[in-house]
Amino acid sequence: MKLKKILPQLLTVLFIILIFGFFTMNAQENMDSRGIQFGFGFLSQEASFDIQFSLIDYDGSHSYARAYLVGLLNTLLVAFIGIILATLLGLVVGIARLSPNYLIRKTASFYIEFFRNIPLLLQIFFWYFAALRALPMPQDATLLLGSSFMTIKGLFTPAPIWTNFDVFFITLIVAIILVFFFVKFAKKKQEQEGKQSPVLIISLAIFMGLPLLTFLVGGVDLSFSFPELRKMSQSSYTFDGGMGIPPELIALTLALTLYTATFIAENVRAGIQGIGKGQKEAAASIGLTPSQVLKLVIMPQALRIIIPPTTNQYLNLTKNSSLAAAIAYPDLVLVFAGTAMMQTGKAIEIVGITMATYLTISIAISLLMNWYNQKIAIKEK
Amino acid sequence: MFKYSKQLFTVLAAASMFFVVACDQQGGKQSKGKSKTLKNTQSKGFVRCGVSQGLPGFSNADAAGNWTGVDVDVCRAVAAAVLGDASKVKYTPLSAKERFTALTSGEIDILSRNTTWTLSRDADIGLTFVGVNFYDGQGFMVRKDSGINSVEDFANGISACTNIGTTTELNMRDFFNSRGISYEPVAFEKADEVVAAYDSGRCDTYTTDKSGLAAQRTKMTNPDDHMVLPETISKEPLGPVVRQGDAVWEDIVRWSLNVMIEAEEYGITSSNADSMKSSDNPQIKRLVGSEGELGAAFGLDNDWSLRIIKQVGNYGESYKRNIADTGILPDRGPNQLWTKGGILYVPPAR
Repeated sequence: MKLKKILPQLLTVLFIILIFGFFTMNAQENMDSRGIQFGFGFLSQEASFDIQFSLIDYDGSHSYARAYLVGLLNTLLVAFIGIILATLLGLVVGIARLSPNYLIRKTASFYIEFFRNIPLLLQIFFWYFAALRALPMPQDATLLLGSSFMTIKGLFTPAPIWTNFDVFFITLIVAIILVFFFVKFAKKKQEQEGKQSPVLIISLAIFMGLPLLTFLVGGVDLSFSFPELRKMSQSSYTFDGGMGIPPELIALTLALTLYTATFIAENVRAGIQGIGKGQKEAAASIGLTPSQVLKLVIMPQALRIIIPPTTNQYLNLTKNSSLAAAIAYPDLVLVFAGTAMMQTGKAIEIVGITMATYLTISIAISLLMNWYNQKIAIKEK
Repeated sequence: MFKYSKQLFTVLAAASMFFVVACDQQGGKQSKGKSKTLKNTQSKGFVRCGVSQGLPGFSNADAAGNWTGVDVDVCRAVAAAVLGDASKVKYTPLSAKERFTALTSGEIDILSRNTTWTLSRDADIGLTFVGVNFYDGQGFMVRKDSGINSVEDFANGISACTNIGTTTELNMRDFFNSRGISYEPVAFEKADEVVAAYDSGRCDTYTTDKSGLAAQRTKMTNPDDHMVLPETISKEPLGPVVRQGDAVWEDIVRWSLNVMIEAEEYGITSSNADSMKSSDNPQIKRLVGSEGELGAAFGLDNDWSLRIIKQVGNYGESYKRNIADTGILPDRGPNQLWTKGGILYVPPAR
């Protein structure tokens, strides 16, 4: 009887091993017959291609491993900005959808229905080719917010130039830690003594004041380099100095944000509507203002409903960022699973690494969100 | 539970047996003999050919889905040789990034897609280049009103649009680096997007093979606003590619191309090929199959080369039809026969 229980499981394992073995052997055999070598040695070879946009120091004389890192950081950058913006926009639109004001409510639902029902790739093309392309050439660009220029070649803004940035940075971290402990302390005080401290003002004072102090005593200084128009030839211009943000990044972020925010907005709406009407009425009856009701009573409970499906949207946004390849934003797929794969021909290795990378990013986001979800879950006593 | 386990056991046992048998057959397939690709092609009844996603003059589909171009003609020539009908080709449009994987994984049998022959591609990735059907070089396109008349006028900060996964990306770096010019590479996956981005003003210059520039210029909103700079910054011998490991198939593709070029050299065209059978020149007679047994070496009949010339035409006819008459590159330049001042020179078919 025991054998009969174990045998099927043993066979299942054997079966899976056989399948994998078959595919591995088949790939090995085919690669052998075509003289393709398997290996990761190429990672240390010189990449010899340049990348348009990089957060770390890179040029073609660096290795393929470095090019991989550039692509990875670009993917993380667009995912990070996209997640933050989509969350903020989703939250606002989700709440707006339940607004008593007819115009606000209808605008929010129109936005959601419009943007979530058009394929993302089309939206990316729209923002890149139709919207951003309507921007002026550098020489015709008008000033934006004092010293920035929005042109067809990207957004050019002043770039900060720091002296003793490390002092400023460490102080900033110290300030954040201090604020964190202060908030904890204030909460405890309120629970024990019932007194409310002016948390926001003191936190802001610590957060802003300490780093500002370093300008006076720490030898920290900040100046800006402003973008300046330079003529390259008869009719083509570019900007020198300042910071250039490529239009590819802007278009991709815009498309990912507007698309994903619709889904997050629906999650927020579902979360709020999932809270019993009685909660709202009870909160109002003890004299809380409508914004206090939302902040202190509804949202803490609604978050439990909102977080799990929103985690999915974060994962979707991260994975969707690989559509960057279509509009030349140098993300992991374009740089590594694109150019690097072509130049080395190491298809199996590179696709394997790329898949493992996306898996790792996704799992990291999942774990983080699960941890947050548990933290805000109802603590049964 | 017991019953369920028993059923599962039976299914798994059967499945395992199937895999053992499948593995065995797979091993059998690798055995030596006639060309596996040729056999597969003949049993399928069409040649599987990888082409570009639309490059006028080289491989381009019209509204009805008919492919034309000099690269397409190589595949048609092979189809005429091995299947007897030049139209029996299945075309797979591929991006620069997909092309080699499609070939090595066996999705296509010939890659004829303006592909540059380089050492690392030939030796590293399991490919074999069989010849050159177009001698090209990388160039730059700029707007006429930009005031740039030569690469000497390029200034720091220039943005250059191009395709990913091409030799272009590497040549571009070599070029700008050796001249100490800083540049912004904007690399797209598909050619159509490169054209759209350059056309809209995102980039100051568009760089790729000169034949590609000439062809893509026709797709711009106002082709006359753009020009190709005179300089050529690299050698780009473009030619058909096959998978490594099938020598007979490799020979068939190589000699299908060579026959087209040699036919032009001997003045054999699609219209006079039949009458050439009774020519006095033994080399012409060998090319049209009325002398010798050339096809036997590949396992083909003796009319294989005659069919290529009759159905596809010689190289000159193909060039005229696809590249010259369409106004892309009326001047043949290096792609002229060696006897007429070009560098087209193929080994004799004998």
